[in-house]
Amino acid sequence: MPISESDIEKIAQLAHLEITDDERRMFAPQMAEIVTYVEQLNEIDTAAIEPALGGLTPEGERTEASRADEVQPSLGQAVALEQAPDPASGHFRVPKVLS
Amino acid sequence: MTTIAEKTEKLARGETSARTEVEAALNAAKKLNDELNAFLEIDRGGALKRADLIDEKTKAGETRALPGLNGIPIAIKDNICVRGMQTSCGSRILGPYKPPYNATAIDRLLDAGAVIIGKTNCDEFAMGSSNENSAFGPVKNPWDTSRVPGGSSGGSAAAVAAGIVPVALGSDTGGSVRQPASLCGVIGVKPTYGRVSRYGLVAFGSSLDQIGVFAQTAVDAATVLQVIAGRDTHDATTADVPVSDYLSESKRDIAGLRIGVSRTLLGEGLDTEVRAAIEKAIDAYRALGAQIVDVELPHAKYAIAVYYIIATAEASSNLARYDGVRYGFRAEEAPALREMYRKTRDEGFGAEVKRRIMLGTYVLSAGYYDAYYLKAQQVRTLIKNDFATAFANCDAVLTPTAPGPAFRFGEKVDDPLAMYLNDIYTVTANLAGIPGISVPCGLSTEGLPIGVQLLGPYWSEGLLFRLAHAYQQAHPLNAQAKVHA
Repeated sequence: MPISESDIEKIAQLAHLEITDDERRMFAPQMAEIVTYVEQLNEIDTAAIEPALGGLTPEGERTEASRADEVQPSLGQAVALEQAPDPASGHFRVPKVLS
Repeated sequence: MTTIAEKTEKLARGETSARTEVEAALNAAKKLNDELNAFLEIDRGGALKRADLIDEKTKAGETRALPGLNGIPIAIKDNICVRGMQTSCGSRILGPYKPPYNATAIDRLLDAGAVIIGKTNCDEFAMGSSNENSAFGPVKNPWDTSRVPGGSSGGSAAAVAAGIVPVALGSDTGGSVRQPASLCGVIGVKPTYGRVSRYGLVAFGSSLDQIGVFAQTAVDAATVLQVIAGRDTHDATTADVPVSDYLSESKRDIAGLRIGVSRTLLGEGLDTEVRAAIEKAIDAYRALGAQIVDVELPHAKYAIAVYYIIATAEASSNLARYDGVRYGFRAEEAPALREMYRKTRDEGFGAEVKRRIMLGTYVLSAGYYDAYYLKAQQVRTLIKNDFATAFANCDAVLTPTAPGPAFRFGEKVDDPLAMYLNDIYTVTANLAGIPGISVPCGLSTEGLPIGVQLLGPYWSEGLLFRLAHAYQQAHPLNAQAKVHA
């Protein structure tokens, strides 16, 4: 499937990525080539095939994943904020949301 | 070569000390890093302090009860969280981020007495097959520094190949432990999905990711996997399946085991020297008493296509968390939130990570989900079924690990699809959830290592160690990397 430079811009918007003109020119043909390659899957009739649920083994699927609903110790505010780029009064501060 | 088990016994008898072992590893890591760029952080202070503590306990007779890694230096891929050390994932967006907790695998290593000497370089967010995608420069292959070490766990593979550490941890989403193991001439094992906890492993493709082990020998890899394997309540995908005694299993005879070989997989696209080495490995197994049987994996040729839909889709979702809000890098001078996200991710991510996030976003976007993602999950079922059929007729499947030996830097960097095809033999195991191991099986005429891969049914790690150990006993590589401690 052909992927145009404007498709790349639209995908980048969806993915919260800023793409330079150079990257747009580089990515468009590369992604088109990869998408064409993966489209070889269309050779296979999968109408009657159940989709896999991931890498889980039958034993993994049977394993009880939930735990008792009990309070567990957590990091706490100070540690959680320690590496924030812009912490303020116990919060994560971000630039204004509405522009 | 001294195994870990022999070393820990020597240590218990006072014939060596943790400090001696750890200091040697730290010195080698530092000395060789200019040439190899294998380590992003070396924790000399922390490692020596811990080594001294272990020596004190050993002297006081307090460590006898400890399982197998007492005083053993180990290197950890920089996408596995170790408290107090950096976890950059080879990316600018995390940079010197220091996780406030240990991965479960790390806690288990430390409980067993291992000493972490540093964090190893890797392709950014484990995306790559050559290490050229690290934001901090590529790792060099210790056998030939003009060539790639493979990826994405290239730093861990190089650290073991260069004799800096006996063992290292990596992660394997599509071959990121086995392929660099093959290119660097060491053992690399990817366990069954759900065998090792992924808690504290930075997520890339969550239905594919597993922590794996690098070692010079199968028995050392067995010793380490023994420690880190098993159910963990912090990772709901770990399975409640007993961990067998890998070390004693690895030493059992292999006579009578049936090894499946797919002739189709030894056809087109495979380097002639690799093909010859694989044929020799097949003969070697036959000579050791194994029975070679023909198997077919009819959907294996679609594995790369399936993988690059599923892995990129999962990555685009997992990497959405890097937004410059809670930790890591934030771009300056963004007037509003959306611009901040976009600038942070533009400046923080490298080209390959962006390409994969965009591919994943594309295949998951409205109108395309059924055509790509659903289709890929259906073909994934067919690949799982192929293995189930194959394992009804054999105990393990033998393939090359990589289509060729280590290539030169820059050779494939402008052609992402050619780079992806490096993973042709390894991605099937991640898609099916089965374990795999790469075993060094010879050198090319240029002196570059070649690896043979063995794939087994779910939970057959012990059997894979057994096959790998038997091969290594009969056919040791008898060569070491040019750059070596």
